[in-house]
This record gives sequence, C-alpha cells and structure tokens, in this order.
Amino acid sequence: MSTTEAPPSTGTNGNGASGYRWVGTRPVRHDGLDKVAGKARYAADLNLPGMLYGHILRSPHPHARIVSIDTSAAEGMPGVKAVVTGADFPEAPPKGATRNLMCTVIARDTVLYSGHAVAAVAASTRREAKAAAEAIEVTYELLPHVLNISDAMADDAPVLHDNLFTRGVEPRPTEPSNIAARTVYERGDVEQGFAEADIVIEREFSTQAVHQGYIEPHACVVDCDQEGKAVIWASSQGHFMVRSSTATVLGWDTSRIKVIPAEIGGGFGGKTTIYIEPVAALLSTKSGRPVKIVMSREDVFRATGPAPGAIIKMKVGARDDGTITTAKAWLAYENGAFQGIAAMLGCMCVVSAYTLDHLYVEGFDVVLNRPVNVAYRAPSAPAAAFAMDSMVDEIAERVGIDPIDLRIQNCPSQGDPTPYGPKWPMIGLRECLEAIRDSDHYQSELPEGQGRGVASGFWFNIGEASSATVNLNENGTATVITGSPDIGGSRASMALMAAEELGLDVHLIQPVVGDTEVVGFTDVTEGSRATFATGMAVVEACRDLKEQLRKRAAKTWDCDVEEVEWVDGSAVHGPGEQEPLTLAAITGNAKRTGGPLGATASLNARGAGPAFSVQVADVSVDQETGRVTVERYTTAQDAGTAIHPSYVEGQMQGGVVQGIGWALNEEYIYSDDGNLENPGFLDYRIPVASDLPMIETCIVEVPNPSHPYGVRGVGEVGIVPPLPVMANAVADATGVRISDLPLSPPRVLEALTAAES
Amino acid sequence: MKYAAPTTIDEARTLLAGDAGAIVFAGATDVVPQMRAGRPEPSMVIDLKKIDRLMSVSLDGDTWQVGAAAPSSALTSNAAFAADFPGLTEAAGLIGSDQIQNRSSLGGNLCNASPAADSVPALVVNDAVAVIAAADGERRVPVADVVTGPGQTSLAHDEIVVCFELARPAGGTSDAYLRLIPRTEMDIAVVGAGVRLTLDDSGNVSAAAVALGAVAPTVVRVPAAEAALVGSSLDDTALAAAAAAASDACNPIDDKRGTINYRRQVAGVLTRRAAGIAADRIRTRNGQNGAS
Ligand SMILES: Cc1cc2nc3c(=O)[nH]c(=O)nc-3n(C[C@H](O)[C@H](O)[C@H](O)COP(=O)(O)OP(=O)(O)OC[C@H]3O[C@@H](n4cnc5c(N)ncnc54)[C@H](O)[C@@H]3O)c2cc1C
Repeated sequence: MSTTEAPPSTGTNGNGASGYRWVGTRPVRHDGLDKVAGKARYAADLNLPGMLYGHILRSPHPHARIVSIDTSAAEGMPGVKAVVTGADFPEAPPKGATRNLMCTVIARDTVLYSGHAVAAVAASTRREAKAAAEAIEVTYELLPHVLNISDAMADDAPVLHDNLFTRGVEPRPTEPSNIAARTVYERGDVEQGFAEADIVIEREFSTQAVHQGYIEPHACVVDCDQEGKAVIWASSQGHFMVRSSTATVLGWDTSRIKVIPAEIGGGFGGKTTIYIEPVAALLSTKSGRPVKIVMSREDVFRATGPAPGAIIKMKVGARDDGTITTAKAWLAYENGAFQGIAAMLGCMCVVSAYTLDHLYVEGFDVVLNRPVNVAYRAPSAPAAAFAMDSMVDEIAERVGIDPIDLRIQNCPSQGDPTPYGPKWPMIGLRECLEAIRDSDHYQSELPEGQGRGVASGFWFNIGEASSATVNLNENGTATVITGSPDIGGSRASMALMAAEELGLDVHLIQPVVGDTEVVGFTDVTEGSRATFATGMAVVEACRDLKEQLRKRAAKTWDCDVEEVEWVDGSAVHGPGEQEPLTLAAITGNAKRTGGPLGATASLNARGAGPAFSVQVADVSVDQETGRVTVERYTTAQDAGTAIHPSYVEGQMQGGVVQGIGWALNEEYIYSDDGNLENPGFLDYRIPVASDLPMIETCIVEVPNPSHPYGVRGVGEVGIVPPLPVMANAVADATGVRISDLPLSPPRVLEALTAAES
Repeated sequence: MKYAAPTTIDEARTLLAGDAGAIVFAGATDVVPQMRAGRPEPSMVIDLKKIDRLMSVSLDGDTWQVGAAAPSSALTSNAAFAADFPGLTEAAGLIGSDQIQNRSSLGGNLCNASPAADSVPALVVNDAVAVIAAADGERRVPVADVVTGPGQTSLAHDEIVVCFELARPAGGTSDAYLRLIPRTEMDIAVVGAGVRLTLDDSGNVSAAAVALGAVAPTVVRVPAAEAALVGSSLDDTALAAAAAAASDACNPIDDKRGTINYRRQVAGVLTRRAAGIAADRIRTRNGQNGAS
C-alpha cells in the first residue's frame, strides 16, 4: 500500500451537509501505516552513540524533610558518570507556579508525596544506573501526611506549605492551611430560590483520583554540548512547553534548547507538563554524554498525573413542572502536592448544562500528599457533572418527566448567561439532547432487567497560539508543518483543511510536526485546540498561498491578478482566454515566476466553540456480585464541523471509555503510610476491550462561527457524561442510587445489601 | 543471568541442583513480570519448554497426562480434554489473554503459588495428581498438597513438576469453574470457585468436590459444602447450604482487590452457580446420550 494512492473515497460527512470536497471525508491517516507497522518512533526508541541511562531515585515517604543526601557511594559505583540532587538545580522561588514546577521535577528540602523525585544517576547501563540510584543515602525526617480532602481541610491537619494562605477569603487568613483557594460564582438569591421551589434535593458525592492511563510512559533523550546547548527528544503534548519548562527549571535561556517532538503514545492531558527533561539535561551536562530517561509504569503511577478526586455537596431546587431554578454547590478538589485550579474549573462547569435563576457555587482547592494534578480530558468537569446530573435524574423521576425532555426544557442556548459570567455563543447542547432522544438506542425498548441512564456534559475548549508553515513543492505537492503534536489524528485533519483550501488531493499533502526550530511557537495540544486553532493557522497560510498562486498565474498570463480565480486546485482565467494552470504547473515553473512558494501563519486563536455531549447507556447489574456490565452505549457530541469524522468518532469513543473506567473501577488505592498500592494496570483497572460494547456515535454539527470550517474541539467533553450516565443507569437497574465512585463490584454489592436490610 | 534450555528432565534437574540461584520457567508469564517488578534476578533461568514430556497432553488409558509446561492453549484447543474437564479447561482459558495462554502453563500457575491462581481450584476438585521429578525418582503428590502458602511450595529446590495426572471422570460427572473479576479479562480473581459433581440416575448428587481460590493463603477445599450437596437434588436449600458453607470456609484478607465481606459473600454465590453449571453439563450430556 502506498500513501500516495487515491484516498478510499467513502466520502461521508459527519452528519451535516457541507458541500466540501475534502473536509468531512475519511482518508487513511498519513501517520497510520508507520503506527500499525511499528515504525513510528517514540521517545524511548531513540538511541544515540555514547548514550547513558538515567535513573531517578524517588521518595518512599509521603511527607518528609530531607535531612541529608549522601551520593558518595553511588558516585563510586560501576558505570556511573553523573549524579544530581536538588542542590544541583537553581533555587526555587518561595511560591507560585514556577516553584511548583521546579519542585515537582526534583524535591528541595521536603518531599511531598511518595514517588517524589529526590536524586538521579546517569550510568552506562540501565542496571548500573538503578543500582547506583539505590545506593544514594537519603536521611529523612518523617512528617505527618494527609491523603484525602477531609483530612487535609481539617483544622488540625498537618500543613504542606507554611506560606500557603487561602486565596479568596476575606479577611486574608493569618494561619497557613492546605486550602489553597476559595472560588465563588453566584447569581440571584438561592435562599429565595429554594423557598419558592416545589422540590428541593440535597446530596453529597465523591469521586476518586484517576490516572490518564496513557500507554507510553514518559521518556526523553537529552544531549547537551560543550557550549551549553541542549537537544531534547521527548514525548509530550507540546514541545514548545518542554522547551520553556525545561528552561525555567534549569534557569536557562530558552534559546539554548531545541526540542524535537517524538511520536506520542497517548497523553490525554497528562503530557502537558514535564518531569524528567531537566534531570536528563543536567545529567547530560555533567557527564558530557546524551542521557535517556524512561519512566517505569510504577513511576508513572506514583509520580505523574493524576486527575483529582473531589467531594461535592449539592442542593438543587425545581418546580413541579420540571423547571430547575436553583442550585447551591460546595466543591472541594484535590490538587496534589502543589496548588492548582481544579476546584475553580469544577465551579465553572458544575451547572453549565442548565439555565438557573439562582445559583451559589463555592469551590475549594486543597493540597495534600499526592502527586500534583495534571490535566485529564475536560479537567474537573466529570466530577462536577456526576453530582449535577445525578441530581437532575432524581428530579426527572420525581416530576415524572423523561430525563432527556427535562434536560431540553432546562438547557441554555445562545445569549443565555453562563454560570461564570459571559453569554453563551452558538452552542449545540439542545441538538445533542435531541440527537440522543431520537437515536435508535433511546427509542429502543430497554431489555428486561437492565437499567438505562442519560447525562450531559460541558467543556469550554480553548484557542491559544498556533503556527503553521505550508510549502508547495516543485512537483505540485504540499508540506504542511505545524507545531502541534498529533495526539488524536490532527495530522490528517490539517491535511484535509489544506486540501480543501488548495484544491489538492489530500494524499499529495504531507503533514509534519516540526521541531522548535523549524516552525513558529505553538502552545500545547490541549483544550481540544489543535484542529481548531492550528487548523486556523493552516487555513490562513493556505489562503496566503492561494493569493500567491493567483499572482504567479497572472504573471504567466501577463494579466491583472483580479482576472485570476483559484478553482479546484487550478488558476482559472476569468475572461477565459487562457487554459487553466494547475497547481503543479505553477510550482513547476516557480523559478521563472519569482521563486518557491511558501507561507506561514502564526495566530492567537479566538472564539473556541464550547463543547457539549449527551450520552445514554444500558447496563445490567449482577445483584449478587455487584458487577456492572455495559450492554449498550451511545454518545452524541457537537463537533461544530467534523473535519475527519472517523477521528472525531475515535475521540468521542475514547472519552466515553475513559469515563466508564473512572465510573466503574479506576481509583488510586493508598496504604495508610501513604504509598500507592496499585501502581500498575493489573490493579489500576482501566477498561479492557472485552469490557465494552462498540460505543455508538452520533456526530452533531452546529458550526462554530469563529472557525473557517466551523470546527469546535472534540477531544475532551466525551469523558464528562459517563460518570453520571453510569450512576443513573445503575440506579435505574437496581433502584439504589450510589453517590460515591467508583461503582466497583464491592461498592455496588455493599449498597445493594444495605438497601435490602 | 544465564539461560539454559535442556531437552531432558535429568538435564534440567542437574542444572537446578548445581546452582542454588537457578529457577525453572515454562511460559515465564509470572517470572518476567516479577523480575520487572524488582524481584532479585536468578543466576540462571532454565527453560522447560524444550522437554517433550512436559509439553505433551495425552490420554493414556483412562488417565490424562497434562505436561506441566504445556500452554493453556493446548488444553483449550483439545476437544477431547475439554469434554472430560470443561471446568478445568475453562479455568485454563481464563488466564490472561490469548497471547498469555500461548505461553502460560498449569505447572507455572501451580508453582507460582498465588492464592488466586485460576487453574488450581479446578485441578483440586478433579483430584489431579502432580508428578514430580525428584532426586530419587518420581513422586506423586495431590495438587492440593503442592502449595503451602503464598509463594511457597512443598517442592525441593531441585524438583520439577513433570505433568498432571487426571483420571477420566466417571459417568454422570462434570465440573465448572467461575471467578469474579471486576473486568472481563486481564485481571486477577477476587474469588474463584471450582465444583465437580457426580449425579446418580435419579439426578441426585452422589459425589461433590468444592474448592475456592483467592479467599485464603492457599486454595481451600470445602468439605462442608460438599456434604451439603451430596444426597441432594441440588434444590435451593442444598445450594444455599453449600453457599453458606463456602462463605464460612473463607479466610480472606482485606486488600486492594476486595474486602473480607465481599469475598465471603461472593464465594458462596460462585459456589452455588458453579454447582448449577456442573449439573447442567451432566444433564445435557445425559440428554444427548439418551437421545443417541
Ligand atoms: C497479563 C497477565 C495476565 C494473567 N492473568 C492470569 C489469570 O487470569 N489467572 C491466573 O491464574 N494467572 C494469570 N496470570 C499469571 C500467569 O500467567 C499464570 O500464573 C500462568 O499459569 C503461569 O504459567 P507460566 O508457565 O508462564 O509460569 P512461569 O512464569 O514460567 O513460572 C511460574 C513459577 O512456577 C515455577 N515453575 C514453572 N514451571 C514449573 C515446573 N514444571 N516445576 C516447578 N516449578 C515450575 C517457576 O519457577 C516460577 O516460580 C497472568 C499473567 C499475566 C502476565
């Protein structure tokens, strides 16, 4: 099979009528063959001459002061070429995001979680590096630790940071605590709202921390030269982020660092930060050799991720006719060892799928002795939706209205205020609700003994900075270079948008992810932004090229450029006196008309379109063992416009599957002494293929007016509804509502047994 | 670390006897992950898969000889074996995934001595005998006596399990194995239950064997559950009594895979269900025989 063959022209669009030739088709992805043939190069695949292996020593304690580190024995061990500890890194500022990053990469005076990096060794072989790292003697003074939100918020809790004073509380507290920040959003008067409501329900929910679960552990190779320049090969969601973060941690100028993106084996948000690159860089500087660090699965679980667990208390008021009027929410989110914004995001999302007259949402970001949170698909939204959409289900039951109809009745549309301030732009929540209502699944009768659950979910999506360079080659093909690592099929989407603009066969376009020195600055592939924002840069560069192509044709024909149109990949003479010139004819003649053709666009993308998803599941519950089986699952999601529908569906399905895992079995299990007991895929149970039915998809297309093709991001929102969908389906199947995740067999059986007695 | 691939049992035993740090392996599906997880590396690994007798599965008169290193897939693809021991075959077919089953062996599953090993309860209810190559020749030990605790066996350092002997079941006999895992595969039993039943002509239980996995340091045989079943017509009262006896026989731990209460409750449920499946198998077979 050759990648230059004509595309298998299934030609189906997502759902919408488009009139596009390429956008909405499903060509084989450009990077597909390499991936299925095992040829794609991930960071751990790279080996350089003279390369050393780095091994990081990690704290066995969740909270301790580092009294001393003695590396002398390790330095004398066979094969050892360099040893580093926190003392080799620049001093961290007393607080703030920079400190958090620097102290995550390597601990300074205090370790804040079991797995916290303390020192590292580079040696000739992996074994030597490991043996030497284990010979480093660290003396710890143990400090009391806290592992969960309630303990961390207690008045007498051991405090992680003695300079952390709760933000958002007036007057500013005088005592430090583990509550990093308090966030409030309010509208109307909730007390009045509850007084006027016919139904008021109050519940408390909890969700557990989960890992992003990417298959490829973090890996990098760093080669520093004698002038102090570093080349980094790394797997990440953004190599410009790797460059700036590594520079920050090392106190280096960014221009000393070049980052070459390796193929990425999954990130889901977990690779939007760094852990190992600065360590490898210092080891390489010290040893004068390239250094490779590859995390083990155990390291990945103990020291990267997670997405936070949360406790959410909610009170919701509604009228007998099903109008939801009032919500009061109290949310506390784990932040891990350093402060983040998890609760703030949760506050913004918790009631976003509903219009409300009165709301009061209060959130608390809480630090505790676990690794610091990292993004995971629609961060914080799933737990928030779990709470709200479980309550909405109860209301639907109480008022006797179909749960989808109730959501349609209460759903916001363009111009309504969001809970966090601005007005909603054009959104597709109603369309998603209608798509599920009208789906074959929802219309089908629920099989005997099963339960059905529905829920909806919201995520912001973002724009941010992107760059693209499009070069036309002399043979009439095009190279599209962007700075967005391809974590979900974005190469194919870039190529499709360029094909549409230029009128060129998509397989004549080579999409490339360029390193930090060949393409302009590009933010991390996060916030479902690559196809939206980087796609915009590609379209802009292609439009610039079309202008250039018209000028070249005008020059060839010696006519006014206004007389030249660009139609289906050719310059066409308006007055009709010339034969059309194909793109290949123009590029083949480019030397005589002014030189090679290329264009670059760099932009800050504005107007990301909010994403909504609505989902339905049928489950059966083994009443004697508590095992939940997902029998059927359908998801509808607003894609704006599906550039490559297969990869949109893939994102939708992937999000659902991860959400089902979160709902049913995934959780971190810590021992009392603060060590993670399940740092591997055997006991940290992400779903396996045989656990699931095929996830049915329904792409909804309500175009985003801010994007030339109407794109919204599709990468994240799919993970939001499954938590309440599963809880609602289990409640329907058993008559027992469980408000603590995961719905693992022991938890479900316990709830069923308790309900019986 | 050295690697050796002997082709005879004697050779393998001599290698073992000569190196206190040596271990044998068959599929290595336990050995390799354990090494990766930081277990001290052996000085030598001895591959048992080149020894014919350890790899063969054959019927010798009325006795099946299952090579200790034969992969699970050699059982799941053997229709005659599967007809005699559907429950044991089921257990072998639950281990890991297709890829794992092309490597994993019953010998390894037993000698790894995990309380949760899936094939062991099914071997125990079928009165399987382990044939062990020892310094002074071969000895035969009931499978139930091989494992003495988590990670511990009664084998001496230089002893190797050669094969398992399983007498063909008498008429009216069949077995079943069920386990509870939160997922559908690639998981470890939270509870496992093996049951073998013999039904007499009137459909009453004339013999029963019940063994549970993952609920105690070693696989436990449950005589009280067996007694509750024998003589019964597998009526609800007898099944409930067997289930209660199974729950009572548990001596589980509270761990990341399940609570004590959960394991007790589910051990009873699986025992009852496995008994039902074994009985159905017998009745179906009797029905077919009757019809032919
Ligand atoms: C992904 C995965 C999934 C798994 N799923 C399951 C599961 O569902 N259920 C389950 O029960 N297990 C499971 N396991 C564990 C493992 O596959 C089984 O225990 C398997 O039966 C071991 O067989 P093996 O031949 O690979 O053993 P090996 O790893 O080769 O050996 C295991 C132990 O037995 C010893 N040994 C092996 N053969 C002999 C012999 N003939 N005489 C004396 N000692 C011997 C070895 O020295 C070693 O200590 C899984 C493992 C993996 C990696």
